[in-house]
Amino acid sequence: MPAWAQSGSAGLRTDLPTLDGPDVRLTVGHSPFTVGGRTGHAITVNGTLPAPLIRLREGQMARLSVTNTLDEDTSIHWHGVLLPFHMDGVPGVSFPGIRPGETFQYEFPVIQSGTFWYHSHSNLQEAMGHYGPLIIDPAGADPVAYDREHVVVLSDWSFLHPHEILDRLKKSPGYFNRSRTTLSGLMSGEDGMSLEERRMWGQMRMDPRDIADVNGTTYTYLVNGHGPAENWTGLFRPGERVRLRVINASAMSIFNVRIPGLAMTVVNADGENVRPVETDEFQISVAETYDVIVRPTDDRAYTLVAESVDRSGMARATLAPRMGMTAEVPPPREVPTLTMRDMGMGGMAGMDHSGMDHSAMGHGTDHAAMGHGEPAAASMDHGSMDHDMRNPENAPAGMAVGVGVDMISPDPANRLGERPMGLEDAPHRVLVYTDLISLAPNKDQRSPSRALEIHLTGNMERFMWGFDGRKFSEIVEPIRFERNERVRVTLVNDTMMAHPIHLHGHFFELVTGGPAGHQPLKHTVNVAPGSKVTFDLTANAPGDWAFHCHMLMHMHAGMFNVVTVRPLDGAAS
Amino acid sequence: MIRLLMCLVPLLLVAGAATAQDHEHRPPSAQTPATVPPTADPYAGHDMSPAPEPVDPHAGHDMGAQPQTADPHAGHDMSEQAMGPPDVPTSADDDGRPRQPPPPPAALSGPAHAADAIWGADRMAGARDLLRRENGDVRATAVIVDRLEVGFDDGPESWTWDVAGWTGGDINRFWWKSEAEGDFNGEIEGEVQALYSRAVSPFWDVQAGVRQDFGEGGENPTHLVLGVQGLAPYWWEVDAATFLSTEGDLTARVEVEYDQRITQRLILQPRVEVEASASDIPELGLGSGLTHVEAGLRLRYEIAKEFAPYVGVEWSRELGDTADFSRAAGGEPEHTRFVIGLKAWF
Repeated sequence: MPAWAQSGSAGLRTDLPTLDGPDVRLTVGHSPFTVGGRTGHAITVNGTLPAPLIRLREGQMARLSVTNTLDEDTSIHWHGVLLPFHMDGVPGVSFPGIRPGETFQYEFPVIQSGTFWYHSHSNLQEAMGHYGPLIIDPAGADPVAYDREHVVVLSDWSFLHPHEILDRLKKSPGYFNRSRTTLSGLMSGEDGMSLEERRMWGQMRMDPRDIADVNGTTYTYLVNGHGPAENWTGLFRPGERVRLRVINASAMSIFNVRIPGLAMTVVNADGENVRPVETDEFQISVAETYDVIVRPTDDRAYTLVAESVDRSGMARATLAPRMGMTAEVPPPREVPTLTMRDMGMGGMAGMDHSGMDHSAMGHGTDHAAMGHGEPAAASMDHGSMDHDMRNPENAPAGMAVGVGVDMISPDPANRLGERPMGLEDAPHRVLVYTDLISLAPNKDQRSPSRALEIHLTGNMERFMWGFDGRKFSEIVEPIRFERNERVRVTLVNDTMMAHPIHLHGHFFELVTGGPAGHQPLKHTVNVAPGSKVTFDLTANAPGDWAFHCHMLMHMHAGMFNVVTVRPLDGAAS
Repeated sequence: MIRLLMCLVPLLLVAGAATAQDHEHRPPSAQTPATVPPTADPYAGHDMSPAPEPVDPHAGHDMGAQPQTADPHAGHDMSEQAMGPPDVPTSADDDGRPRQPPPPPAALSGPAHAADAIWGADRMAGARDLLRRENGDVRATAVIVDRLEVGFDDGPESWTWDVAGWTGGDINRFWWKSEAEGDFNGEIEGEVQALYSRAVSPFWDVQAGVRQDFGEGGENPTHLVLGVQGLAPYWWEVDAATFLSTEGDLTARVEVEYDQRITQRLILQPRVEVEASASDIPELGLGSGLTHVEAGLRLRYEIAKEFAPYVGVEWSRELGDTADFSRAAGGEPEHTRFVIGLKAWF
């Protein structure tokens, strides 16, 4: 029996169904979905939420037929899987989509291994349940040793239709936020902001508590389709090495994941092995995956907590030797508040040399710089701040600085070495991107021949999102690469929100400053508010590929573009 | 009174400033780990039995080099030992707006759309059009009941509606607005506007259209409208417009509102409205200059974000010659009334 088959819990329903090759049949349709005693309308694959676990093996030919029983087009994108572009499953980019009643056959050679997932790339079906895990076993021995494994699919479920959610955000961008700063919060000190800070945020017309556009006021956070009360339980025998394949299949939710009492050794990120690194908590942005090894030795239950980044709710599961055991569920922690670094004033807070120093990165430092007349803050002319916070001189020539751009980061910092939002003061170890080191050496170690800068832009008040100031609907120029070109791409986040940016068909190497030739490979990277992220890309997959923010509402509101890689193969070129 | 209202919010804010100081001084215990992490399992993670890749001499944390003892500080100290991520310069580090180096010519070779040759240009064109609309071209329609209220003062009860709505995309929208006042004896006086609205900057729309007045008086002019609507610094919602009537009279109106959240659901809203006229318009009872000022304070409770009943007080006064016209007609130029109403949107 393969290790994965031992996975699973009786839970409150049967475990995830598993499909393995070579021929996999999937049917997309409408299903009822029940959580927390309430039933809503979901779009599912083979009738389950999440969709079936697909298990393939490196070196095989994958044949996956998808039948659409909806009354609208559908599609499946194999997230993180390297394949010919016309099998990537993005309607309008890779193929025309799957029409109602039609069956589409995906066929591609499986040339990698790791933890991946799949989801609809049509309309907002993914936000209604159309997602599932995809695991590819290596052709040879797995460098990761483990005795048992569980798939942990994190997601967010709302009884509001995703179009209704977007409609509310268009009319009232703070609609779902019930943690805004208030007068009582100011007077009691609970808001954690000085009057001067508040004045500055107000002057900019920005909300320092705009952490998540959609949150626990409408979402129930799920683990493998189970709400917190249903408590999905994964079993283990004390002493076993348990591999948890954590996938964030959310539409809009970033999670902070921890298992109080258990250290986690991160061994794989986005399907690519990394040198093992032990931690106590990690942040997983939308569409990322992390594999961690835990080794519970005691005969007791452990709670897996996946707290929404704005602390408006959590997904919860239990790891236990036997069904029915539970452990304490910690209450949500304090709501984070955005800082000057989130405004793209990375160097201005006087932190340029201490940016890597976790102990100095708490609220204390930010507040000292912001509200109490530290030189950096004192020298700032508030009258001209509005201008400085949206100075076109800080953008490349090709960027459109119009209605859709409410801010341009004046001094974006590289925050890959910083603890993620809300975990600055966590009294335990926290994974940062610079901890990730590719286990295998990078295949292409050429120096980049070209640098490219792409700005992530938005207007929070109008809920507009785009790249370089343009929504995709405005008919934008694609991002063009020459085949096998090596390019150093820097993403600059000109917004105060995090954006998980995903490139289809490729893995890029995060430039972390780590060991040479072992830059971590990612298909999705979370670009922290007001920050910049640099990656090296070898554009070795000819064709057209989607490139977008994986916050589904941001994508739907325009943060999307097409990447072209030319020349193509054979006759098509 | 207006000045008093304008000062009220800052005063309240200042009152809370001292208590806000406490926040930074966290107890030192919060900085120290509450729990000692379990001993690192040397066998957790990768099976190191195969020979590891050649070890990078600069990697102090390479597990391959020291497989026996996992670094207990892994994930924390690493970035302090290393140099951290390199600071790749961007446009923000450059004077002027730098041009991006163009892609190599070969990047522009081949077909515009790679999938056309495989699936057919016709089907792909339709799918591309849908893709374009699904990634940015969001349309919406809103109805906003800003004030729907009953007012109480010395005279008979009165009512007010102040409603609006819009439909369209991010840049171009159709707006309609209507305001009216009346009593429960059938008296009614009001206006309705139809406007084309265009977003011209991140926070501001320019609006142009027509306004039709209606009411008992018989003088119900039609106006051309040109205005701006948006969000001023410090979250003041502003709606300012000038009106040119078919009689050639030029008037203007500015409305300003602010939401002061007391708690997440309890919101105090100061609101000021000022009207002016460029000339004497006796048939409408208006004198030139500032004609009318209104200041209100409404306290609402958001049962839902879209549904918030309120109570409040509103003071209004006619100014200058307008007040004289009013007195001549036997009216009072100054009113204070208590209001009960509803703010809602959908």
